[in-house]
Amino acid sequence: MPRRGAAALKEAPASGGASDEAPFSNDQLVDVYRKVLAARRFEERAAQAYTQAKIGGYCHLYIGQEASGAGFLSSIRLGWDYAITAYRDHVAPLFMGTPAGPLMAELYGKATGVSGGKGGSMHMYDAPRGFMGGWGIVGGQIPIAIGLAYASKYRNEDRVTLCFIGDGAAPIGAFHESLNLAGILDLPIVFIIENNAYAMGTALKYTNSRTDLHMYGEAYGMDHRAVDGMDLFAVRRCAVDVIEKARQGRPQLVESITYRFRGHSMADAGQYRTKEEVQEWRDRDPLEWLEGYLKEHGILTEDQIGHINDEVRHEMKEAVDFAENSPAPEAGALYENVYA
Amino acid sequence: MPVIQYREALRAAMREEMERDDRVCLIGEEVGGYNGAYRISEGLMDQFGRMRVLDTPIAEEGFTGMALGAAMVGLRPIVEYMTWNFSLVAYDMIINHVAKARYMSNAQFGAPMVLRGPQGGGQQLTAQHSQCVESWYMHCPGLYVVSAATPADAKGLLKSAIRNDNPVIFLEHLGLYNMKGEVPDGPDLLVPIGVADIKRPGQDVTLLTYSKMLYPALEAAKALEADEISVEVIDLRSLRPLDLDTILKSVAKTHRAVVVTEDWQPSGMARELSGLIYQHGFDDLDAPVEEVCGAPVPMPYARNLEQLAIPDVEAIKSAVHRTLARPGELAPLYR
Repeated sequence: MPRRGAAALKEAPASGGASDEAPFSNDQLVDVYRKVLAARRFEERAAQAYTQAKIGGYCHLYIGQEASGAGFLSSIRLGWDYAITAYRDHVAPLFMGTPAGPLMAELYGKATGVSGGKGGSMHMYDAPRGFMGGWGIVGGQIPIAIGLAYASKYRNEDRVTLCFIGDGAAPIGAFHESLNLAGILDLPIVFIIENNAYAMGTALKYTNSRTDLHMYGEAYGMDHRAVDGMDLFAVRRCAVDVIEKARQGRPQLVESITYRFRGHSMADAGQYRTKEEVQEWRDRDPLEWLEGYLKEHGILTEDQIGHINDEVRHEMKEAVDFAENSPAPEAGALYENVYA
Repeated sequence: MPVIQYREALRAAMREEMERDDRVCLIGEEVGGYNGAYRISEGLMDQFGRMRVLDTPIAEEGFTGMALGAAMVGLRPIVEYMTWNFSLVAYDMIINHVAKARYMSNAQFGAPMVLRGPQGGGQQLTAQHSQCVESWYMHCPGLYVVSAATPADAKGLLKSAIRNDNPVIFLEHLGLYNMKGEVPDGPDLLVPIGVADIKRPGQDVTLLTYSKMLYPALEAAKALEADEISVEVIDLRSLRPLDLDTILKSVAKTHRAVVVTEDWQPSGMARELSGLIYQHGFDDLDAPVEEVCGAPVPMPYARNLEQLAIPDVEAIKSAVHRTLARPGELAPLYR
């Protein structure tokens, strides 16, 4: 199939010693499947609630890109390493173990939400699990990410920071300032550009001087590579490798080539893309692929998959019920936490 | 009591706090190997090492955000801007990220950090290097804004700012760094944030000011003694939070107020203060509140023009006289 970024993939080194062997144990794979499924169902429920006007504001869905997030976030030490991202931030905390209820409640603007109803879709946080947020200004999270990594190095802790970046943030000054600083300070950080081809509705070639975005790492003397972000195993092999290198104080830049199946946000019908293009990528749906793999390799039976689907469906129903039945923040919360 | 320079007072504050708390670090342009563009951080890198006194590239957005990330996970960074003018390059990071981190995360983390550096005119540095930024930062919830006028206040306020759990905009004035003053020795000097200081008591007019404008204000007050006008000069020290009690008590006593800022007037600190006095002290006023502010122009280079753009003793005296003008008397023209 014609694939954007294929040239970049060909040039990039093989993803950390690729082999036929799955880079997960069977148990890990079932766990990842469960999380990818939960992420998908969570966002489908969010989209539904959005169209019913039960949640407001902006709502940027990650649907289609799950292999990228799952591959990286299954490879860090949960509760120790940090991850930070931009406004497309519902799924990262799910992969890091945040329960769906408080995330859904945040979308509903409820007191029980992860940010007490003050953050909404774009500002989810779970600091105890190392998820340092959802930030709403394009590129704004990148300097913060290097600060997390700087603190780790400052304290001689072997924490790694994963910084997720959209392709739309690559032209931003903060991106380049941060790569430069990470390079100077040898910070334990992995920058992951999730290249989904469009900065909102504008194709990459109109916004970036070069479209093989990982090559920006070359300018900063940084290890860099591209990975097929639709291929869970390729992402996982890459992630394990770059996270280990970052932990040793070698900052890494990865371009994860992926695609969002839906528009930039719920308000975007995505008419700047052809049906054929979207279909080509939908044919590589990471959820369907993973389900097929599990069945084909006898890791899960049809029945077991059905059972997991029932459980996840139930879990999401509970999350929605929790959100709908939770109280709105008290009026007094308006002035809480502006200052310490 | 030892007499030291304002810059030495700042340095002592940072050194003492870094010795006390190993989470405190200094991040900024020229703070390390160069020993500080204005020599505030002299010797600190030698004492604390390159990771704690960190030289950065000229990339304000990047290093401000880096300090925020570090603050969110437990460090207490001090960010030094070579001048506050350059902080405008990091304005998004300060307003959109630093100020809002605690609120948006519902206090899952905060941003305990101090952003400091010099501002102000008077050294022929012209339009892009002489601005006063207090009003721009005052406006945004989540930030504290403080400004010390004396070496003792500089030390005590900076120490309080470093220990504070909020992001503190700490405004110095380029023209104060060489100023000498008595500063109590030892590590215990803390000037609380949110408390104004009556630098000169008086009966007839309340003069509100801060930072370098304190000095022409005090000089004007002294000169007005000859006219038998007793001026109370209040150094606000902290702009947000503001010590409104001290201001209103003074106005209730004197019934007149003059605000002196180097800041521009529209939407500025002076307008804020006079607005508060009108709102909360209207019945106490015997005259309109006067505002003496920087001329509404980009700072010019020529020495004479620059001097005209910054409030001086004569302008302050005129304003005080205007508040005392009785019906039938013609108020002196002001600019």
